[in-house]
Amino acid sequence: MSAEQVLQYIFAGITVGSIYAFVAIGYNIIYNTTGIINFAQGEFVMLGGMISFTFSRFMPLFPAIIIAVLITAAIGGLIEIVFIRRMRKNSVLGMIVVTIGISILLREAALYIWDEQIRALSFFTGTEISSVSVFGARISPQVLWVLGVTLVIVGGLFFFFKFTLTGQAMRACSENSRAAKLCGIKTDSMVNFSFMLSAGIGALGGCVVSPLTQTHYAMGTDLAIKGFIVAILGGLGNPIAAVAAGLILGLLESFSISILPMAYKDVISIIILLIILVAKPSGLFGSKQVSSLKDF
Amino acid sequence: MKRFYPVYILFITIVLIQVLTLITGKGYMLTQLTMSAYYVLVAVGLCMVMGYAGQISLGQAGFFAIGGYTTAFLTTIDFTEKAGTGLFKLLDSMGLLITKDTLYGDTVIHLSPWISLIAAVLIAGITAYALGIPVLKLKGHYLAMATMGFGIIIYRIVLGSAIFGQADGIFNVPAFTIFPGLELSGDFTSRISNYYIAWILVIIAILLMVNLINSRVGRALRSLHGGEDASDAMGVDTTRYKVIIFVIGAIMAAVAGFFLTHYNGGIGPSEAGVGKSVRYLAIVAVGGMANIWGSLVMGLVLNFLSLRGVFGHFDDAVFGIILVMMMMFMPEGFIRISVLRDIRSLFIKLFSRKKMKETIQEPPHE
Amino acid sequence: MSNADIIMRIEGIDKYFGGLHAVDSVTFTVKKGVIKSVIGPNGAGKTTMFNMIAGFETPCNGQVFFNDILITGKKPWQVAEQGVLRTFQNLKLSNHMSVMDNVLLGWHSLGSAGFLDGMFSSPASRREEKNAKDTVLPILEWLNIIDLKDSEVGNLSFGNQRAVELARALASDPSMLLLDEPAAGLNMHETADLAKRIEKIRDQGRTILLVEHDMSLVMDISDEIVVLNFGQKIAEGIPSDIQKNKEVIRIYLGGDGA
Repeated sequence: MSAEQVLQYIFAGITVGSIYAFVAIGYNIIYNTTGIINFAQGEFVMLGGMISFTFSRFMPLFPAIIIAVLITAAIGGLIEIVFIRRMRKNSVLGMIVVTIGISILLREAALYIWDEQIRALSFFTGTEISSVSVFGARISPQVLWVLGVTLVIVGGLFFFFKFTLTGQAMRACSENSRAAKLCGIKTDSMVNFSFMLSAGIGALGGCVVSPLTQTHYAMGTDLAIKGFIVAILGGLGNPIAAVAAGLILGLLESFSISILPMAYKDVISIIILLIILVAKPSGLFGSKQVSSLKDF
Repeated sequence: MKRFYPVYILFITIVLIQVLTLITGKGYMLTQLTMSAYYVLVAVGLCMVMGYAGQISLGQAGFFAIGGYTTAFLTTIDFTEKAGTGLFKLLDSMGLLITKDTLYGDTVIHLSPWISLIAAVLIAGITAYALGIPVLKLKGHYLAMATMGFGIIIYRIVLGSAIFGQADGIFNVPAFTIFPGLELSGDFTSRISNYYIAWILVIIAILLMVNLINSRVGRALRSLHGGEDASDAMGVDTTRYKVIIFVIGAIMAAVAGFFLTHYNGGIGPSEAGVGKSVRYLAIVAVGGMANIWGSLVMGLVLNFLSLRGVFGHFDDAVFGIILVMMMMFMPEGFIRISVLRDIRSLFIKLFSRKKMKETIQEPPHE
Repeated sequence: MSNADIIMRIEGIDKYFGGLHAVDSVTFTVKKGVIKSVIGPNGAGKTTMFNMIAGFETPCNGQVFFNDILITGKKPWQVAEQGVLRTFQNLKLSNHMSVMDNVLLGWHSLGSAGFLDGMFSSPASRREEKNAKDTVLPILEWLNIIDLKDSEVGNLSFGNQRAVELARALASDPSMLLLDEPAAGLNMHETADLAKRIEKIRDQGRTILLVEHDMSLVMDISDEIVVLNFGQKIAEGIPSDIQKNKEVIRIYLGGDGA
């Protein structure tokens, strides 16, 4: 393998890894406020790509993306109000079943609206053949967009949770929702906001990677499990570590393709999931005590 | 015994349905009814694992595929080259090899489905055991994702491997001669006998499971659902019980896969998909989770309608709606005894204010 | 004191949670056929100690022997099979099951019917099941919950649920019972009943280890008492001695100056 090839694999891995990280961040945000793993998280990514594709035919790319992110965020909020809020007292099993049901409904709705065709948003800068040279490797400028957006989101989230009142209130909810309620924090609206936020972030991720990886109505299931692997790898409840974990998994998959048939790519990452779940469920970066506090 | 009444009713219903299709001339419906029976078998197995023992599994389609693909692979591969080896001579003397002539006059030697049945059960059982020991330590979301991950692995393997026919699956799976005169196949002439093969298999499974639920082991399994600490403190080896019931559920799925593959004459990768696993989950949920009869009825109704194409383009969406609606409005499921109780108490409310007061009274105190 | 009188030996058990030393090398023995209580302020490590005895937590150091058999490191179900049964402070019942089924669950370790017996409803397993029901019915009767035997446990009053939990523990014919705050949530009348019952259980020859906050109950029925504070054993003896112990009085009245 030449040095340039290695670099190509690295960048491919980073791209895929970023999208996993987007899904994992979404999981974490919702998990932190509610203790739920939202199985429909992958569908938000798909919706972002699809909606922005539709709107980009009538308007420039960036407004279309903004609209797509807002619409998906609204859908996320709506899902919380219509379904999750009424379920709050139900069991973990019930929550799993409901979010799986929601993911099917979103997927089927997408099939109905956008049919089975694979769509791709146009490249943000240049076209599919334009490239920039990074350390001697020719890569699409879109890869830089993906990286940039990921960094901005991570930075934004860090700032949001650390320094804004809403962010701190959300963290308080996750640590002790009853105490938070007693302190006058509106936990309902925090939960709702967390759904909107994670749907919006998922959608944004769906837009940025769409030119590279394309968008298909059924892409959500695979993303859901990959995102979960990444969320677990990074330690559930830790959005920042999720990005690192996402890049690790992306790189692993990218290099596995060079050795093994494409079809077994998923097999490898899922086996990683099984090993981590069994050996160290708190993740690579998580502490054991925190994870044992959460009721799983 | 009293608890077997529903089994008698089930048997009578099965006969009645067959007679009814005969009288009305809708015998073609038996095909979907037969296929539904095998899916019901998977659902009943999942009902034991998830409904009674409280362990969610999103990997049942994987076990179904293990059963189906094992037999499809073993009964279609040609063993002519190995015919001289001692093992094959032994198998031949036991009548477990099937020799056939092809169109071109060559002779091919296949394994008997009896061997592949044993292989299917063993492979599914061992896989479930090996997977269950580590994975069943997990709970809730973790367990759901881990079992779903297992399902995806199986799906990817059958989709990506040439020996399993990739996207096309394996076809030309031969009929399974259970004994001379009784064949498991989708052949038009044996439609009625196959309908009974399928449903008698379901009845046997249900009988065994109803017995199990009402036994010492069944009680321990049911207690797992509420939380394992109590079962553990009462001397129940929770790990072992969870793994064994998981293995039983997997074997039921694999047997169903085996039979349906011979009935359909083949199997494709869609049977292994996560979507299928979710369907089984939906059936158990709508059947009322810890309710084997609910899983049976809803498994029959939903699969039959789906196979008849009643849901059209909305086939998957229907199962999504079922999952969401059930959990939100009827977490106890649709098929449950308390539906009758609800109706009765409604009548009491309507007709007698005095009686209502009595029902509200607390149970007698110490 | 001969070894034959001692049913349980707890030898220097330690438990750390992070930096917290929850149980600090506690040693004591329990004589056969007595009621021994463990008392102490909140956070003294009583429940942690219970969990370690019953196998729900593993001690960092030290050992627990039951009838001279090492039970530390065993799983809860294995401890239960030895005949050491526990109840829970916050009731762990199978709420979706009937009273009868809950109590029969307690009998579980006495039975032997396995999966195949169950599936094929073997004659042996049916006989066993019938015997089990005959065994538990008198217990239900004694605890006045026989009329409720077919009710779902989740629908019962708290007092009745406590009774079911006790019945469940008794169903296994345990030689030793670990009762974790059995009077919590009971009214005075119910507590008095409970006291009589615990004494009756002891008179049947069973040993009882009791964790309880209700001091009058503890002083009334205990044969011996162990006092824990911040994870350490600070006193042990018969109730009248404990009541006079200055250290214990200081802890319970609070403050250093008292």
